[in-house]
Amino acid sequence: MSAAFQLAARYVLRHRLQSVLLAGALGLVFALPFCLRVLIDHAQRELRARAAATPQIIGARGSALDLMMTALYFKRENLTPLPFGTLAELRQNPSAAAIPLHVRFQAQQAPIVGTELDYFAFRGLRLAAGKQITRLGDCVVGANLAKQRGLQPGGHVFSTPELAFDMAGVYPLKMRVNGVLAPNGTPDDDAVFVDLKTSWLIEGRSHGHDDLKKDESVVLKQEEHNIVGNAAVRMFNEVTDANIASFHFHGDIAAYPVSAVIVLPQDAKAEALLAGQFARSKDRQLIRPRDEMESLLAQLVRLEGFAASALLLTATAALLVTALVFALSFRLRQREFQTLEDVGVSRRSLLTVKVLEIVFVGFAAVVLGLLLLMLASFAAPHLLRWAL
Amino acid sequence: MQRIVRMSDPSGLHVTDLRFAYPGDSFRLHVPGLKLAAGQALALAGPSGAGKSTLVRLLTGLLTPNAGQVRLGSAQIDTLNREQCRAFRLQHIGLVFQDFALLDYLSVTENILLPHQFKGSAGALTRKKAQELAERLQIDRYLDKRVSQLSQGERQRVAVARALVHEPRFIFADEPTASLDPSRGRIVVDLLLEDARQRGACLVMVTHDPNLLPLFDQTVRMEDLLNA
Repeated sequence: MSAAFQLAARYVLRHRLQSVLLAGALGLVFALPFCLRVLIDHAQRELRARAAATPQIIGARGSALDLMMTALYFKRENLTPLPFGTLAELRQNPSAAAIPLHVRFQAQQAPIVGTELDYFAFRGLRLAAGKQITRLGDCVVGANLAKQRGLQPGGHVFSTPELAFDMAGVYPLKMRVNGVLAPNGTPDDDAVFVDLKTSWLIEGRSHGHDDLKKDESVVLKQEEHNIVGNAAVRMFNEVTDANIASFHFHGDIAAYPVSAVIVLPQDAKAEALLAGQFARSKDRQLIRPRDEMESLLAQLVRLEGFAASALLLTATAALLVTALVFALSFRLRQREFQTLEDVGVSRRSLLTVKVLEIVFVGFAAVVLGLLLLMLASFAAPHLLRWAL
Repeated sequence: MQRIVRMSDPSGLHVTDLRFAYPGDSFRLHVPGLKLAAGQALALAGPSGAGKSTLVRLLTGLLTPNAGQVRLGSAQIDTLNREQCRAFRLQHIGLVFQDFALLDYLSVTENILLPHQFKGSAGALTRKKAQELAERLQIDRYLDKRVSQLSQGERQRVAVARALVHEPRFIFADEPTASLDPSRGRIVVDLLLEDARQRGACLVMVTHDPNLLPLFDQTVRMEDLLNA
C-alpha cells in the first residue's frame, strides 16, 4: 500500500464523522433522481397493471379520475352514487358482465367494499383461510389487513361511523370475519369485502330489531298493516343466526346506491357498443381505466421532469459545495501539507493524497447512494400503497 | 516516486559567502564561510530573532539564498530545484522543527515512520529502529497513541525520533530541547550527538542553552552573522 494511500485513508478514517456526513450528503443528492425514477417506474407499472386488468367502469357523471380511483383503489371520493337499478339494466345486455362496487364506509381506515362474489373471481382473489361470504353481516379481509390487525376467520371487524358525534347516525356494524384472502400485491390486500347488502346495512338502509308482535311494551301504535315501535325497541348491531330473520330492507332496492359498476364486455365490439351507449348519457359515464390512467401518468411524467430539473440543480449546487468544502479543508490543512513538503514529500505525492481523500469520500458516497437506491426499490410498493 | 539525488562525497557541510535578506525587511544574514566535517556537531546560538531558524532553512533548501553556496556532501543545495531539494531532504536530511510539525491524526509510530513511508522503505528493520529510538527517548509507551494526545515534551521527542529514524547524513534540529526539562533535554542532545558521531553524520542544532554549547565541536553566534 503506498504512503499516499495510507495517509489519505488515515485522514478519512480519523475524521470519519465529517467524512460520512459529506459522503452521505453527496450520496443522497446523487441518488435522489435515481430513487425518484425507481419509485415512478414502480408506480407506473402497478397503476398500469391495475388499470389494464379493468376493462370498463360505469358511474354517475362527474370526475372520471375520481370514479377510477374509487373503483380501482377504493378511494372514497364523494362520488354521486348510481342507482342499483342500473345494474339490472346492464345485465340485460348478454355481451357484458357487470360487477357492482359500493365504497363508502371504512373499518378503521380500511375501506369496506360492498360487492358480489363475481368480484373475487374477476380479480383472481383466492382464500388463504376460512370461507367466502355466506350471509348478511359476513366479511372477508385482505391479506395485509389480516396480518396488521391479527384477524382470522371467526374474528370480528367493526365498521366506523362517518360522524363520531352524530347520535342519530348509523351505528357501527360488528361483522363476522369469514375468510382471509391470499396476498396478491394490490389494494385488495388492504380492504374488507362484504356483500352489497351488508354495505347497505352499514348505511342504515336495512336493519334488524326485536319482534314487535312478541313484546307489546315496545309498541308505540298499531295501524292496519303496520306496527310502530317506541324508543325501547332494541336494534341489532350484529347479524347472528338467531336474529338474521329480523333484518329487512325499506324502500325500493332498485334505488339503493352503488359507487361504480365494473363492466366486462365479451369482446371489442361489445366494448365499443357500450362506450357509444353511455357517451350519450347525461347522468352516467363509462370510462376505460387504461385511458384515464395514461392521462394521469402523462401528468406524472411532466411532474417528474420538473422534479428531475430541480434535483439536477441541487446536485450541481451540492457538487460545487463539496468542491468548496474540500478546497477549504485543504486550505485549513496548509500547515500539514507544508510539513510534508518540508520533510521531503513530493508535490505529486501530496496531490495523490488529496485526490485519494476525494476518491474515498466519493466512493463512500456511491456506496451510500446505492444503499439508498436499494432502499427505494424495497420501499416502492409500500410507499405506493401508503400514497394511494 | 521520489527522485534520489546521489552523493558522491557525503562528507560534510560547506557554506561559502551565503547571503540572505527577506524582501522589504532590514534583516540581513551573511555567512562568509562555514565548514562542518562528517561526524561533527555545530551549535547555532543567539537571541530570538537572530536568524537561527532562517539559517537552518537556508541550509536545508527550505529557503533559497540571495547569493553564495550551500553544499551538503557533493550536492549543492542552492542549485537544486524544489523537487530535487525535496528528494534530497527525504533521503539525506533529518529535520526537527521548532513547532515539531507532526500530523495530529497519525499515531506516534506512523509519525516517526512518515519519511520512510514516502521513501517506500518502512520495513521491519526500520520499525525496529523506530522502537529503539522511542525507548531511548522514553516515548515507547505511547507508540500507538495519537500525537494529539501527548504533552509538548513528548511531541518534541517524537519529532526527534522522526528526524533520526531514516539515518540521515545531515541532522538539523531547531531548538529540540525547548519544551523539555533539563534532564530529558540532556537525553535528547546526547542522543543527537551520539547518533551523528556514530554514523558520521553532520549535526546542526539551534539552542538557547549556554550549558549545552561545550558539547559541540563548533559554535556559531548569530550576532556575528547579522547585517554583516
